[in-house]
Amino acid sequence: MLYTRWQPFGFVGTEMNRLQHEMNRLFNRFGLAESNDEFRVAPSYPALDLWQDGENLYVEAELPGLELDDLEIYVTGGNELTLKGKREAPVVEDGTWHRRERGFGNFSRVMTLPHNVNAEKVDATLKNGVLTVTLPKLENSKHRRITVKAS
Amino acid sequence: MKDLIKKEPDSNVATVESTRSGTTYVPRFDIVETEDGMTLYGDMPGVTTEDLEVRFENEHLMIFGEVKSRHDGREHVYGEYDIGDYHREFQVNQKIDTEKISAELKNGVLVVHLPKAEALKPRKIDVKAG
Repeated sequence: MLYTRWQPFGFVGTEMNRLQHEMNRLFNRFGLAESNDEFRVAPSYPALDLWQDGENLYVEAELPGLELDDLEIYVTGGNELTLKGKREAPVVEDGTWHRRERGFGNFSRVMTLPHNVNAEKVDATLKNGVLTVTLPKLENSKHRRITVKAS
Repeated sequence: MKDLIKKEPDSNVATVESTRSGTTYVPRFDIVETEDGMTLYGDMPGVTTEDLEVRFENEHLMIFGEVKSRHDGREHVYGEYDIGDYHREFQVNQKIDTEKISAELKNGVLVVHLPKAEALKPRKIDVKAG
């Protein structure tokens, strides 16, 4: 499992709590546990945030340690964004690991966007381990204000 | 060497509070020890070197990172994570050559190298034939 950070101090302090938290997360994923609003944890990696303005949608993901070349990003069907990649573990010749909290491996994520976007003009930047994908909204998909005339 | 780095205190122990409001996250770390020293790898996406502070004091390695909002003026549509500052401390029960501590930040990953003090490094002794 790939994560970039834990919940804040107050929520998850002890090893036991963390385990409980991971279990809840696992069960929630399969709809087996009651939903717990306190933990809004992403069901898969990477966790995504979505923002918008009049022109674009902005999908953001935290991908520390990755380069743009490690990523495959594409839009299909006008409104489906796919993110694929692999995170490699650092190579250490010989040594003793005292902690291994970070996750590594392959990931793939598909997100359905709330607007159709221009797949030709999608732009992606990766800065300080944060990926931002800028997706221009298609004209016919933008909100239009309808003027209501008094009769 | 098992207790080289102690576990953080339990949640019921009062923790340090930030003067800034907002959430503080505990970044995830990998720690590896070699003959020369220890190397720590921490995931701190969104942090820049200007907003990162790494300190070594009284056998404590302290890491603080400030994360600024990235989407001012935009409407938040959907979210699976929140951003916040980072804070983590490790107690290092070993003699470290503090002059030679180094740290680098690349693509949101912080790498801190804590070299062992010379006296503690394992040394191979040549045995001569008599």
